[in-house]
Amino acid sequence: MSFLSLENISHYYFSKKDFTKALDNISFSIKEGEFVSLVGPSGCGKSTILSIVAGIIQQTSGNVLLNKKPLKRSELAIGYMLQQDYLFPWKTILDNVLLGPKIHNNKSEEVKNKATELLYEVGLANVADAYPNALSGGMRQRVALVRTLITDPKVLLLDEPFSALDYQTKLKLEDLVYQILKTYHKSAILVTHDIGEAIAMSDRIYVMDANPGTIAKTFEVPIEIRNEMPFTSRRHPKYQNLFDKVWEELNQNDTATPI
Amino acid sequence: MDKKTDQQLFEQYKQKLKRERKIVFTWQFMILIVFFATWELCSRLRWIDPLIFSSPSRIFVHLKNKIVDGSLMIHTQVTLFETVLGFIIGTLLGIIIAVTLWSSTRFAKIMDPYLVILNAMPKVALGPIIIVAIGPGYLSIITMGAIISIIITTLVVYSAFREVDPNYIKVLQSFGASRWQLFKEAIFPASLPAMISTLKVNVGLSWVGVIVGEFLVSKEGLGYLIVYGFQVFDFTLVMSSLILIAIFAAIMYKVVEKVEGWLIKHTG
Repeated sequence: MSFLSLENISHYYFSKKDFTKALDNISFSIKEGEFVSLVGPSGCGKSTILSIVAGIIQQTSGNVLLNKKPLKRSELAIGYMLQQDYLFPWKTILDNVLLGPKIHNNKSEEVKNKATELLYEVGLANVADAYPNALSGGMRQRVALVRTLITDPKVLLLDEPFSALDYQTKLKLEDLVYQILKTYHKSAILVTHDIGEAIAMSDRIYVMDANPGTIAKTFEVPIEIRNEMPFTSRRHPKYQNLFDKVWEELNQNDTATPI
Repeated sequence: MDKKTDQQLFEQYKQKLKRERKIVFTWQFMILIVFFATWELCSRLRWIDPLIFSSPSRIFVHLKNKIVDGSLMIHTQVTLFETVLGFIIGTLLGIIIAVTLWSSTRFAKIMDPYLVILNAMPKVALGPIIIVAIGPGYLSIITMGAIISIIITTLVVYSAFREVDPNYIKVLQSFGASRWQLFKEAIFPASLPAMISTLKVNVGLSWVGVIVGEFLVSKEGLGYLIVYGFQVFDFTLVMSSLILIAIFAAIMYKVVEKVEGWLIKHTG
């Protein structure tokens, strides 16, 4: 049964002189606990999809349904993780994590304990009172993950959350995020440029086309790879096979930039 | 052995810093001394007209007498009071207007040409109208001190509000934050440095407003003393007032600088 579904989403961006069709008739759905990835060239509207699901921008047409009901912003079903951590530099780590609960006027002891617990779980037990600038990039992104998880969202939107990190940190964080999402049985939509990351983490991959943004092709990730942690799945024999297929599909679409 | 030389190098470095500080201070002090000595000398030797340019010794004697009889304190107090109040009111109102502009983009668009005109307009030119409208007295002078910094504060702070990284907003919006919450959690704290830097500018501006206000209409204050001294051709009085203004303006600037340092430390 589909949990979150997008039905015929189209979106336009308007400017004084011009308008662009960013998304054309996008439909897909995910089941509870499922992890899907969107890959595609820059400007294909991947991030726009996330912003629409998050309720930050209103789509021109189409519906976003959660449990078959239109998604309302107040429901808080959505957690959003951006490319950079965007921790607030004037708040301590704990206050950053408690930002979501604060917006909903829920600063109970219970939430605070949960924050401490989650911080411990991502390996950041001793930094609650530190300020973000004292932390490394990987640590900050882990804080951002906890900030997203604390409101207990049903769906996580990951907008290239690993792309600003160094390679080693990125691989470790992929494993951590994967593990946490599986533990709490969360659904997630990942936007990425990294084909390997998409294969290693997701159950399904949507390859997108640009101008206007459409879904060009859907790849199911083999069950053997799904069951592995992201790091080890890169060593799976079927990994390379799928990588080549996605690569080919992307290159087929990519006529604009010959190298 | 190695460690000791490290320590020695550090000591050496500290010595160097100390010496540099000493040299800078000595020069600063010397410039001051030379300036006043030259002034005194020129005045005594009548290279400059002592009636117009007075002399440090005359100013000193004058200041001493006026402090003893208490009249100087009154004038200084009045001007300081007006300036500090003008400064605070101007800054606060400027920030409040910036907040209202931010709260409605349409309102900001509507107000835009008026802000441009008000900003371009030399505010002291409004002096006579303010005095007629509010009446000659503290109130109109404080208004002068405030009005001169309101618009520029509004413009600077409003543009700081708009330059806040939209991704902070995005984070808050993903939690479903209201517009007021966006302001409280992201816009305001992120713009604090810009607001603090307007404080320094506004100190200087408020002095301009208040002194001009006192020129136009007043019975007390350092601006009044300058105009009075000018009218009765007592330039010792004019110069004394100028020196007092310089001293107090510098003190106020330093105080604001301290406040700024404290605010930055305690907000982020």
